[in-house]
Amino acid sequence: MPWNPIIKSRRDWETIPNLHDYESVRKEFSWEQARAELDGLPEGQGLNIAHEAVVRHATGPLAQQAAIRWLGKSGQVEDYSYARLDDLTNRFANTLQGLGVVKGDRVFVLAGRIPELYIAALGTLKHRALFCPLFSAFGPEPIRARLTIGQAKVLVTTESLYQRKVAGIRETLPHLEHVLLIGEERRQTAVPGTQNLYQLLEQHPRPYRIGPTDPEDAALLHFTSGTTGTPKGALHVHGAVAAHHITGKLALDFHPADIFWCTADPGWVTGTSYGIIAPLTNGLTSIVDEADFEAERWYGILQDHRVSVWYTAPTAIRMMMKVGVDLVRKYDLRPLRFLASVGEPLNPEAVVWGEKAFGRPFHDNWWQTETGGIMIANYAAMDVRPGSMGRPLPGIEAGIVKKTESGGVEVLNEPDVQGELALRPGWPSMFRGYWNEPERYKKCFADGWYLTGDVAKKDADGYFWFVGRADDVIKTSGHLIGPFEVESVLIEHTAVAEAAVIGKPDPVAMEIVKAFVSLKDGHEPSEALRRELLGFARARLGAAVAPKEIAFLPTLPKTRSGKIMRRLLKARELGLPEGDTSTLEA
Amino acid sequence: MSTPPSEGETRSQVLRLLGEIAPEADTTSLRPDVSFRDQLDLDSMDFLNFVVALHKEFHIEIPEADYPKYMTLNGCLIQLSAARS
Repeated sequence: MPWNPIIKSRRDWETIPNLHDYESVRKEFSWEQARAELDGLPEGQGLNIAHEAVVRHATGPLAQQAAIRWLGKSGQVEDYSYARLDDLTNRFANTLQGLGVVKGDRVFVLAGRIPELYIAALGTLKHRALFCPLFSAFGPEPIRARLTIGQAKVLVTTESLYQRKVAGIRETLPHLEHVLLIGEERRQTAVPGTQNLYQLLEQHPRPYRIGPTDPEDAALLHFTSGTTGTPKGALHVHGAVAAHHITGKLALDFHPADIFWCTADPGWVTGTSYGIIAPLTNGLTSIVDEADFEAERWYGILQDHRVSVWYTAPTAIRMMMKVGVDLVRKYDLRPLRFLASVGEPLNPEAVVWGEKAFGRPFHDNWWQTETGGIMIANYAAMDVRPGSMGRPLPGIEAGIVKKTESGGVEVLNEPDVQGELALRPGWPSMFRGYWNEPERYKKCFADGWYLTGDVAKKDADGYFWFVGRADDVIKTSGHLIGPFEVESVLIEHTAVAEAAVIGKPDPVAMEIVKAFVSLKDGHEPSEALRRELLGFARARLGAAVAPKEIAFLPTLPKTRSGKIMRRLLKARELGLPEGDTSTLEA
Repeated sequence: MSTPPSEGETRSQVLRLLGEIAPEADTTSLRPDVSFRDQLDLDSMDFLNFVVALHKEFHIEIPEADYPKYMTLNGCLIQLSAARS
């Protein structure tokens, strides 16, 4: 273990961390207590995420404080106070009401990081419909698949995204009753089959009273990917807000008056749990930047908006490392107190680089779409072991397990032994199902454990270390990509007989999507065909999902039963002995 | 001594490299002062690959801190012409 731990001492703390003593907080913690930090709906009407995030602050001392500070691509700065956000989300909830949307209906949002996305998310939660975010870099095919699986009733999107990605698939979406458009620079829109969002919001200025919300009522549907089959919609409930709230405090060390910036896009779970919900339930000001990563812009934001807690991702950190420390040192980042990272394991070099560049290490943490919130983390007051995902949060029991022949699991208690990372169910933000797929959900549990699909180790001091995926899912730029979704599109091309998709290791993105294809008789590999396939896949899947590399093979390696061996292709790609695919688990 | 390539040639070289990364993109109606990523479906890895391709094609050093200067077509043309003079 070549990396020395980063030792924390009380002298480092200008602000006493919430989790100042891991052992004692963990011992005394209960989810009931965490829940008690929230207000609940008036008159015992239950628990609603939007009430905790917006309404309770809009009627209290924080009413005029910025809840969201939106930074537009062209330099715009717009503050949305809790009171204003309450009004706008009331309008959105009333709009849904007017459209005949009822509790439990699915409202999808396909948009970049624009204010309307946040208004739609929180307004949907007020109305007790399900908020389902879609990443705006998805192409038409991933969008169609998710809208179909989730039986979307409403889609909120921009005029431009609609024209480019949805109009062409609209007729394949019979469940989709309403499309609400945001015009460029909020201008009027006149697209057949759609309505204008701002026009509707203007027509619905009334207050909105949130109806009774059981903590087990469905709230969020986040799509994620598996090795096989279609994308799956992980369902979360309103009660999850207790976990969003308390993990913000314990793992991200939220304090009142913090300016928090989560760089994740709400199209992925981090951008919703920590880009929308947790900072608002904690009454903070949350920075939302519409633009994509650019080192200088980001340092400017950290400085100009006096960001104190920053939650970002390994790919961005590695890009900043490439730019070097000279640039960052030109900025006054004194308010910046806590740096965290999630999306894929953060390499030790990057953890330590945080100290060099910002005077503080990055704190890696681990969780996934299904867990709804941070599960394992490096904390402000705890020594950081670079490369480790940290230790489980209070209220979370994590273990390393091995599947047994009888279909159960055996817990591996020896330190440093590799196995599947598993969690004891019971935390409030645990997913409650995959949308309409009870069998797939059931398969995630054994002997009272939720099996995460990640392979990890636990050291003698209880720190967890990520090893790899137990399946063929690809981790790229912090996103999970299911190989099947990519392969399905490639084989739609007339020249392609078979396709296999793997994650090829990459120093910046962790992995990139690489496809191997074999061709049908009558088609020959060529540079022109390779480009054609690349364009074909990108046009359908979007840049975020489509392969970055495509290679031709005469045939794809298969098992006796005819299953394509992605792992063998990956072994070849890595230059590993082909017989030894077991190391690929590592 | 050969004559330096015209701006038109450089422009088509840049567009060709872009087309290598995103063959589906229609580059004919690109607005030269609007960033590629606002007009074409490119993610951050695509942009990184594009800058690397410029470096190889034009044999110029592009420090990471200068990457933002290559985000628009006109930006690329200005940088490439400066690098050659």
